[in-house]
Amino acid sequence: MSLARAIETGDLAELPSRRDEDWRWTDLRGLLRVLPGPTLADAAAPTTGPFAAVAAHRIEIANGRGETHYAVAKGRSDVLDLRFLSTGSGSHVARFTIEIGQGASLRLLESHEGAAADYVREIDLAITIGQGGALDRVVLMADCDSAISVVDATVTLGVGARLSQTVLTDGAKRQRVETRVVNPGGGASVRLDGVYLPAAKRHADITTIVTHTGVGGTTDQLVKGVVRDQARGVFQGRIVVRPGADKTDARMGHHALILSDRAEVDAKPELEIYADDVACAHGNTVGSLDEEALFYAGQRGIPDGDAVAMLTRAFVGEAIDRIEDAAVRGVCLSWAQGRLERP
Amino acid sequence: MLSIHDLHVSVGGKAILDGLTLDVPAGEVHAVMGPNGAGKSTLSYALAGRPGYDVTAGTATLDGADLLGLAPDERAARGLFLSFQYPTEIPGVPALTFIRTALNAQHKARDEPEVSAPNFLKLIRAKAADLKIDFDMLKRGLNVGFSGGEKKRMEILQMAVLSPRLAILDETDSGLDIDALRIVADGVNAMRGPDRAMLVITHYQRLLDYIRPDAVHVLAAGRIVASGGPELAHELERAGYDKYAKVAA
Repeated sequence: MSLARAIETGDLAELPSRRDEDWRWTDLRGLLRVLPGPTLADAAAPTTGPFAAVAAHRIEIANGRGETHYAVAKGRSDVLDLRFLSTGSGSHVARFTIEIGQGASLRLLESHEGAAADYVREIDLAITIGQGGALDRVVLMADCDSAISVVDATVTLGVGARLSQTVLTDGAKRQRVETRVVNPGGGASVRLDGVYLPAAKRHADITTIVTHTGVGGTTDQLVKGVVRDQARGVFQGRIVVRPGADKTDARMGHHALILSDRAEVDAKPELEIYADDVACAHGNTVGSLDEEALFYAGQRGIPDGDAVAMLTRAFVGEAIDRIEDAAVRGVCLSWAQGRLERP
Repeated sequence: MLSIHDLHVSVGGKAILDGLTLDVPAGEVHAVMGPNGAGKSTLSYALAGRPGYDVTAGTATLDGADLLGLAPDERAARGLFLSFQYPTEIPGVPALTFIRTALNAQHKARDEPEVSAPNFLKLIRAKAADLKIDFDMLKRGLNVGFSGGEKKRMEILQMAVLSPRLAILDETDSGLDIDALRIVADGVNAMRGPDRAMLVITHYQRLLDYIRPDAVHVLAAGRIVASGGPELAHELERAGYDKYAKVAA
């Protein structure tokens, strides 16, 4: 059951609904009464994406059409600007596989850009990282207000491999970015961060599931959200430690600020631990901005709107600062600043 | 410069200031002393415009212009500075960024040109050195993990950079050891001048040995019940506040 299957089969019964535990906050069946026909390209794609300045190699997949595979050969190191474009209304699905060879590394700068209105789409990625390989993945969601959009990625790590991921989103009419990770241990490490900043009536869902299957893997997660107006943020984070996955070290943090009475955040952090010798922790907070800090900033002459922008930028900056590459981090910080300074 | 007349302030529906009248002329430093619970901090917060401090009657003007109808940032732009008794921690915002944002926000509000980054750095480096603040500390989240003394020095640094018309120092001596007290007092004294007024709020006379006031006022039960010269502070230190508690009652 998925949006992709519903689009491909035309069967609305394939849509996830609020009756599915994992989709109860991001209901699609109640929202989509009719599936639109396939997207025909009717708008020009923006010529450059958000990562144009920081990546040399680019792949563009417009309305589900384009390349389907990318590989990084053993021992090599690549930077890829991967753009998924929606340039017309209607529905489309794209599937893309990425194979990172043994000891190879990829910096994947992935953007999902909506240049049209009223599209419905799902993008599925299947990524494998070979033994000792590394993936730095930054996902920037730029869907339009009326989009229904799902990104579903499965990342399978080899022993000793590394995944460092940051998802940045301001939501859509309904949007979910889901990442499922298999961590086999043996020194394999996962960083799975996210920032969601929806405003107006937008909906942003960051869902992650990490399964530790072997001895000695780590997961470190920090997700931060700022939700305004009548927007809704959803965070579902599950970390599963399978029997025998001893010496697993897993840490999950989710912290959100709600800036309006009509905004909403739904959070479900879950640790399922079936091994004995593990170190796992999670922290989850949802609240409003510190009134004392706002008054302090005001007393120094900083107007309320500017103070809110400054404090929220600092709040989400903590997650963005974990992106290692300075140029990529800069793109992400200015993206966040742009979202937070909107009136 | 600062003129407060018959000020009544309630907090959570409870009357704290009960007809306070006080004038601080330009160029002078006045001390307000009083027992715990007299309303000293309420006076400073009400003047700064803290939400929850409701002015129910009276006036307060700075240079003849009403203060009480303005938002906190507008009061700051008019030149009011409050050195907090308990400075707030601002995680994720380096002190440098915070102070530069504040300075330029005030300049913007007064239609003055923005201070360039190099000029700002030059200014804050010099002021930080005077206050023996390590420059690297300014790159950390404002007040986060700072000791009590470091926080107070950071307040005085902000005052020095923002260069206010009126500075209110709320219990600036609390939590300071003798060396830190001397550094802070030197910083405050360096800012005395004919165009600036200061209101020093303190429980103890100790601070006034370092910051010599032109006048001392006793605040008890929400009102100024006595005023005099510096010698009044010494008398309070000797005799305590008991007799003023009776006057107020």
